[in-house]
Amino acid sequence: MSLTTPTVAATGTPTEPRSIPTKRPFKFSRWFAATGWRHLVGIVMVVFSVFPLLYVLSASFNPNGTLLQSNGLFSAFGLDNYVDLFNTPEQPYAAWFVNTLVIGLTTAIGTVFLGALAAYCFSRMRFVGRRFGLMSLLIVQIFPQLLAVVAIFLLLTTLGDIFPILGLDNQIALILVYLGGALGVNTYLMYGFFNTVPSSLDEAAKLDGAGHARIFFTIILRLVAPILAVVGLLSFIATTSDFVIASVVLVSPERQTLAVGLYQFVSQEFSSNWGVFAAGAVLAAIPVMALFLYLQKYIVSGLTAGAVK
Amino acid sequence: MQTSTEKSPETTPQVAESKRQKRAARIADHASGSITALLIKIGMLAVVDAIAVYGLFVLFLRQDWVIFAVVLLVTIAINVIYFKRGLLPLKYLAPGLVFLLIFQIFVVGYTAYISFTNYGTGHNSTKEDAVSSLIQSAQYRVPDSPTYGLTVVEQLGAFSFLVTDPDGDVLIGNTETPLTEVSDAEMSGDKAVSLPGYTSLNFTDIVTNQDAIAAMTVQISDDPNDGALRTPDGSSAYLYLSTLAYDEAADTMTNTETGVVYSDTGNGAFTSEDGEELLPGWSVVIGAENYLTAFTDQSIRGPLIAVTTWTFLFAILSVATTFMLGLFLAVVFNDMRMRGRKFYRVLMILPYAFPGFLGALVWAGMLNKDFGFVNLALLGGAEIPWLTNEWLAKFSILFVNLWLGFPYMFLVCTGALQSIPDELQEAAKMDGASPWQVFRRIKFPLLLVSVAPLLISSFAFNFNNFNLIYMLTNGGPRDASASINVGGSDILISMVYKVAFVGANRDYGLASAFSIIIFVIVAIIAIVSFRQTKALEDLN
Repeated sequence: MSLTTPTVAATGTPTEPRSIPTKRPFKFSRWFAATGWRHLVGIVMVVFSVFPLLYVLSASFNPNGTLLQSNGLFSAFGLDNYVDLFNTPEQPYAAWFVNTLVIGLTTAIGTVFLGALAAYCFSRMRFVGRRFGLMSLLIVQIFPQLLAVVAIFLLLTTLGDIFPILGLDNQIALILVYLGGALGVNTYLMYGFFNTVPSSLDEAAKLDGAGHARIFFTIILRLVAPILAVVGLLSFIATTSDFVIASVVLVSPERQTLAVGLYQFVSQEFSSNWGVFAAGAVLAAIPVMALFLYLQKYIVSGLTAGAVK
Repeated sequence: MQTSTEKSPETTPQVAESKRQKRAARIADHASGSITALLIKIGMLAVVDAIAVYGLFVLFLRQDWVIFAVVLLVTIAINVIYFKRGLLPLKYLAPGLVFLLIFQIFVVGYTAYISFTNYGTGHNSTKEDAVSSLIQSAQYRVPDSPTYGLTVVEQLGAFSFLVTDPDGDVLIGNTETPLTEVSDAEMSGDKAVSLPGYTSLNFTDIVTNQDAIAAMTVQISDDPNDGALRTPDGSSAYLYLSTLAYDEAADTMTNTETGVVYSDTGNGAFTSEDGEELLPGWSVVIGAENYLTAFTDQSIRGPLIAVTTWTFLFAILSVATTFMLGLFLAVVFNDMRMRGRKFYRVLMILPYAFPGFLGALVWAGMLNKDFGFVNLALLGGAEIPWLTNEWLAKFSILFVNLWLGFPYMFLVCTGALQSIPDELQEAAKMDGASPWQVFRRIKFPLLLVSVAPLLISSFAFNFNNFNLIYMLTNGGPRDASASINVGGSDILISMVYKVAFVGANRDYGLASAFSIIIFVIVAIIAIVSFRQTKALEDLN
């Protein structure tokens, strides 16, 4: 489909800010050529985007609860699936939810802190090996932790024999593994943003007698708060949706995260567990989606600002 | 884009500092440190050191010298970094570096090491463990053997056997240590019932722990060939001998019934002359065998090549489809005259906000062949095997990834389009360019400049998009001709996971070899694309 022609653009509709508000007879063909077809595209895309979400919402409220019976959208209503979700011992949903939040938040805070320390260092200090360090961070990222999952598993098996707290089936061990990826892309995003804070601020503070630690904690960290929020959120999302490492490290059901627990629950008996899974998915998605929509402007700007240098 | 990205990369020009300036800086630095900050620093280091000392103590007792040395070095390094003057950059880098070194760099090296071993099911411990578990697994009760009086005792959560042998001697032992004679046991009749320092188990305790107690074997002496005691009831023990005898000098296992001799041939298992292996074995370094298997064994090489091809195709097509749809929508909705653009935008980015693994699972339900919404409600009962036919599965993966990924591209392209100044478009219009020409010649190239890095990172993300594949199709349909657990829609990373962790036969060594192969592939791509984009040039 071609874009609008210049004549249409020049005459415009009443919403065009620069147009002179003269009354014009409404002509459907002109309206359709200018913006009407865009609404058609929009409606098709909205149906495509929203339909699966409506489907899962409907399935979660369908008391019959099997995959087959979920096909009648909003044909029946009941909260049975939500009740089952919290009352079945073999699928400790509440524990999964809490675990996911705790692991995700701890990892996010740790990642932001470690990344910010490194980014401050790379942005403000000049030292031997700085360029090499920045480059190494890029290169290390080529090998994602996912690929080393076997080694992580065996490492934690060995460590667990000595210090149970660092072994398999321990959430602290999992958080430490995630923090291994704290430097890297995150440091890059933050490094770019730190560079936009004028260093004359640091120098002024230094003249007033502030040390590096005080400059970092009380001045810089406040000025770069937006990027800290973005990195924290990205890290939280990445952690909560990780399946591979979490499924290898966390063994017992009550220690697992939502991604591992829900997958294993629904994969056992795909069809008959569907309603309860749908309820679990709705509850898991709502907080993430709310946070995401609230912060979407920052996420997009953070992503593009970090990538476009 | 939205945030200011215009900045000079060089923030502070390097100025040679004179001696006096350095001294002044040092004094200023010193004067600024408050007492509280110092106390916090010392407090945190004290915590780190305390944990380290505890760890070193445990490691010393266990005689794990390699880990001992690593912990010692790291602790010393941390103390030097934070107590010595100077080394300021390291003070900021060290916390992140410690994690990076252990959980990213070390594990890569460890992966490489594992890829040269036969680590996996049946080969996951030391030779010593393998010998004792082989002997235990072949144990049988010696007919007409004497009865040993038994009291199960417990110390610090571990059970031991307190036995009175037929001669009246009292001995104690557990699964770790063989029987040794004790003298201060309290007797009841001619059976020892308790020992100072240990708690005797009563009947209820024995019933509660019967599985653990029934599984215990306590060696009679240091030599495993002498046999071991086991108890069926918790009150008397019998001698068990093994049909396998270990000859330490010759390093062979002999089956005492058949007389077959199994010897260590270097493959990590006792092997008889006609090639029969006794399992469990132990893990040994086997050189490049895993790599050779990956490249020469037809039943593995075929799937490996197919999976690699599909991984590339999947990553490229995912980026292409999502980018095209996202760009198209960005152009369509980037018209100021259109009403309700915000409304459309919010609804369209919902799939991006929905957690990805849940999205894949929801689609797995909707595309289910027998009960799914798409077949039953949309297509009126058609039985289309969306996820179980190889080609349809690949199509479904791309389709679902389009659903998951187009909002991101839409957002990014909208941002990029809006950052292109309007004047360019006006000027082109003045010169008589058609809207298509404006887009094709001016907007698109400008947009591509700012979006290209995101496309590359999107490619990298999809190259390892484990969740989508595993949750949607589980990699299926299973390739029956392959000797490893791999399916028609598996990508490299899901294949590694399945070889290592799914099913009864786990092959850590082969999975690690696959990891290293992927690493080499990705590294080559990365080097080439770095050269192309010269991304490293603006690092300074």
